[in-house]
Amino acid sequence: MNRLSLVGLLLLVIRRDMLLAMRRRADVLTTLVFFVMVASLFPLGVGPETDMLRKMAGGVLWVAALLASMLSLPRMFSADHLDGTLEQIMLAPQSLTVMVLGKIVAHWMLSGLPLVLIAPVLGLQFDMSAAAIWTLMLALLLGTPVLSMIGAVGAALTLGLRGGGVLVSLLVLPLTIPVLIFGTGAVEAVNSGLDAISNLALLGAFLLFALVFTPFVAAQALRISME
Amino acid sequence: MPSNPILEVIDLACERGEQRLFEGLSFSIFSGELMRVQGENGKGKTTLLRTLCGFVQPAQGSVHWEGRDIHEWDDLFHSQMCYLGHANAIKDELSALENLQISAGLAGIEVSEAIALGALRRMGLRRKEHLPVRVLSQGQRRRVALSRLLVGEAKLWILDEPLTALDVGAVELMQELIGEHLSKGGMAIFTTHQPLQVEGVQIRHLVLA
Repeated sequence: MNRLSLVGLLLLVIRRDMLLAMRRRADVLTTLVFFVMVASLFPLGVGPETDMLRKMAGGVLWVAALLASMLSLPRMFSADHLDGTLEQIMLAPQSLTVMVLGKIVAHWMLSGLPLVLIAPVLGLQFDMSAAAIWTLMLALLLGTPVLSMIGAVGAALTLGLRGGGVLVSLLVLPLTIPVLIFGTGAVEAVNSGLDAISNLALLGAFLLFALVFTPFVAAQALRISME
Repeated sequence: MPSNPILEVIDLACERGEQRLFEGLSFSIFSGELMRVQGENGKGKTTLLRTLCGFVQPAQGSVHWEGRDIHEWDDLFHSQMCYLGHANAIKDELSALENLQISAGLAGIEVSEAIALGALRRMGLRRKEHLPVRVLSQGQRRRVALSRLLVGEAKLWILDEPLTALDVGAVELMQELIGEHLSKGGMAIFTTHQPLQVEGVQIRHLVLA
């Protein structure tokens, strides 16, 4: 019997969560459908005023992405908690931080990446330019993993609490405001004929910072919640 | 009896909320020994087992493994134990085989399909290996969970109500597995409300009053 390396363990956790999600497709589709519906309601409500739609596109799509990513957060650890798998994960001799990182990556691939890929289609509804759509995709690509990472800390802290789903949103939403501001700012900059690089660089910095700290913090939060 | 205990509990006290469940609890378990924890509902049997795993910080006292506090071992202690709780820790969407291979993987052990199939068949799950667990009965699900014991090399088994939902044949099989584990130098501590006898083994009883 061979011992799994940390990379092997990381890949196993990602593969497991992806496999489970593929067999429970409704959970994945809920996030995507919510994002599409919320983003599509605005052009219908505002009407065919393309100038206004172009101006509000970045903000609306980012808020829709933020709210959509909140939907799946309470499920990040709760299913494993309920069926006893989380106890087994916590007893594993390998690093809990690596396992949490694996769960975050899987969460992003299932709830963040689909939003990045569908965003150009929604951008067309807002009459966004090609440059603005590319910037939006890049900003979402950098920003949505941060939402999953901050969300993991909130989900771990509220694990097992009554009304945890609402609590996790209350905890996480204020912490994601910088991501929202700079994500929207990148699209706004392109719309105004400016360079979006400073906003994107800040999102990249958030991503690196979150990547270093949040898996560890979420792992510690899980230990506290499981006591 | 060997001179050095492997698992040693010293002056342990545990609380749930404000309520003290037990205190002044001290005992040792040696290689080849089997201990049954008994007590009425709510007396702290599960809390004791979770404390032995390191999930719960005791209000007082300590748990030692091979002479060192279990919290000083980092995760090395956990590589030498296998815990089965009330919940089966299996996923309805996965097959029995996938569940076993993944749960072993999460415990850091890479288990080949042949070994996993062998363990499931030993647990009486022949021809059920590839079925999604959601179509299995409660007893069969418990067997899937118990098959984890067969694919690891844990010295210490901590089993919380392992016989729940098992039929007579499966209970006899569990007794046989525990006997084999002890004969190889392992040790086990368990709770159950059902009768359990292991041939040639004197079961030690710990009553939480």
